[in-house]
Amino acid sequence: MSAVAVHLAHLTRRFGELTALDQLDLDVHPGELVALLGPSGCGKTTALRLLAGFDRPDGGRVLVGGVDVTNMPASRRDMGMVFQAYSLFPNMDAHKNVQFGLRMRKMGAAERKTRAEEVLALVGLADHAGHYPHQLSGGQQQRVALARALAIEPSVLLLDEPLSALDARVRNQLRAEIRRVQQELGTTTLFVTHDQAEALSIADRVGVMSNGRLEQLDTPEEVYNRPATPFVAEFVGTMNRVAGRVLSGGRLEVLGSSLNSIGRDGHDAGSLVEVLVRPEAIEVTVASPGHAVVNDRTFLGSLTRMRVTLDDGAVLLVDAASSRNLPDPGARVDVRVIGEDALIGDDAGAGRPIEELELELDPEPVGPDPSEPPSDRLRDGLL
Amino acid sequence: MWRVTILVLAAIYFLGPIASSIRFSLVQSNGKDGFGNYTQVLHDATLAHALATSLELAGLTTAILLVLMLPTVVWVRLRLPRVALLVETVSVLPIVIPPIVMGAGLASLQLHAGSQIDSLLFSSPLTALTPFYVILALPFAYRSLDVGVRAIDLRTLVDAARSLGAGWVTMITRVILPNVRTAVLTAASLAIALVLAEVVISELLLYDTFPVELANQGQENAGVAVALSVLSLVITWLLLFAITFVGNRGSRGRVGRLL
Repeated sequence: MSAVAVHLAHLTRRFGELTALDQLDLDVHPGELVALLGPSGCGKTTALRLLAGFDRPDGGRVLVGGVDVTNMPASRRDMGMVFQAYSLFPNMDAHKNVQFGLRMRKMGAAERKTRAEEVLALVGLADHAGHYPHQLSGGQQQRVALARALAIEPSVLLLDEPLSALDARVRNQLRAEIRRVQQELGTTTLFVTHDQAEALSIADRVGVMSNGRLEQLDTPEEVYNRPATPFVAEFVGTMNRVAGRVLSGGRLEVLGSSLNSIGRDGHDAGSLVEVLVRPEAIEVTVASPGHAVVNDRTFLGSLTRMRVTLDDGAVLLVDAASSRNLPDPGARVDVRVIGEDALIGDDAGAGRPIEELELELDPEPVGPDPSEPPSDRLRDGLL
Repeated sequence: MWRVTILVLAAIYFLGPIASSIRFSLVQSNGKDGFGNYTQVLHDATLAHALATSLELAGLTTAILLVLMLPTVVWVRLRLPRVALLVETVSVLPIVIPPIVMGAGLASLQLHAGSQIDSLLFSSPLTALTPFYVILALPFAYRSLDVGVRAIDLRTLVDAARSLGAGWVTMITRVILPNVRTAVLTAASLAIALVLAEVVISELLLYDTFPVELANQGQENAGVAVALSVLSLVITWLLLFAITFVGNRGSRGRVGRLL
């Protein structure tokens, strides 16, 4: 079956006072994997639930393959969904779980069995077909959930933070697996996550959301290197806010370097602004007297992150290859920007001191640990 | 040491009366030991009829209760979490309001209702008593089902089933019911226990149910009455044992088919 396009048009959803989705427009091309990335409460899950049919919008339309499905119940939308955790039916083994959707489609028993075995093999669990969810690890459960979603040959595959409850190693493994299977089958896929590393590594295009709106929808490289808004710049990766000055001809002067300004026109030449600069776009060299001092150094593997205080009091984060000869804490250094492009920060953040941002190398898993069997004990204890 | 002492005291406290009852029930009306009281119970046609009526009532009450309450509990949890407290409060009312009030109201209805309602509702204990037993069992059923539904990840399971193409009925029977089996069995056993012990309303409306007959027999022949109590104790034990057994097998994830 050929892949279909998904089109969300002016989608609005309000919960009481809160506007979860504010006229969201989103196009997913046939066969494409789009990751919706954003902080919690940005509306990404709401968008996914509206697409799945679990919820109805207050305004706007949902089109799949050109057909308006806005008011179609979830059970008829033909979408495969993988949830964060605990979505397998505890009373059925892996094989029965995978067959569930096929049974609903009145497929014959023999055909159903063959199909279930196929998809279980596709996710590498052919020999776990007889296991119940509580006998499977968190990663295996999510594989079965993926197989179950794919068994019905869905027009669209929906992934709602499917990796967030897994530990780091399994997460990376399964992420690659999801991507492989998705590309093999060519299913149009929407992947919701709050983890930027996950979004950047798995998606054809990344949609960054904030306050119910899509801030930017672009390839991972573009989102990282040419963020459309200050929000995107600061949410994806780590950013320094550095004092700078607007030059003529769309250039900026930052720490003595002249950079190309991307986006956000409307600043007069000569005005003082805050410029967003990535830690890896800053270089420090030992110098005497120098105009900054290295506070501390954190070894992160291939990179080392330094905290540097300028003589005017501003604090910067600087990433450098660990293989280089790096200045020790306390050393006097010169600081310069080695990147070419930079974005002017929004006024809301002006003058705000730099925050120690998360290192994001190995974030802790969020949510309950699915490697624990679900609450049999709790259930028995309560009754 | 303390533990053993307390255990022995508790054992005496609970088992003493039971042992005495069994001993007493084995004394026949002619003064000799034997199973006379028990055989009399088994051969008593009125008693057998009353027991059949009560078991029918119990079955019907349980069925209606579950068909009514499981979807309600699921619906409240999923769609109307804000009225959960209200539903909970309402479901406690049957405990707060004494059964005698309901019985009196019912008796008054029986007295003043036209012959049509009378023949429709009061000609059989099943139609007359079942609705009120459903109401009386409501608090227990609501609570145990609510606990069961809370223990599973209801929303995710429901969403998963729906996205795979299941309608509401399929979802409740194939996905939710097997996973709240223990709760359903608890609700059922509480309802059954209630029906097998309720005397106030049935006595007032002059229906001959098992507990009513039990009380009547007790006034005539102490030996038979005690034999009956022992029997109902055994039946209750067997029932609880069966439910624990089924529940345990279920929680190992093997027998969704049993239901």
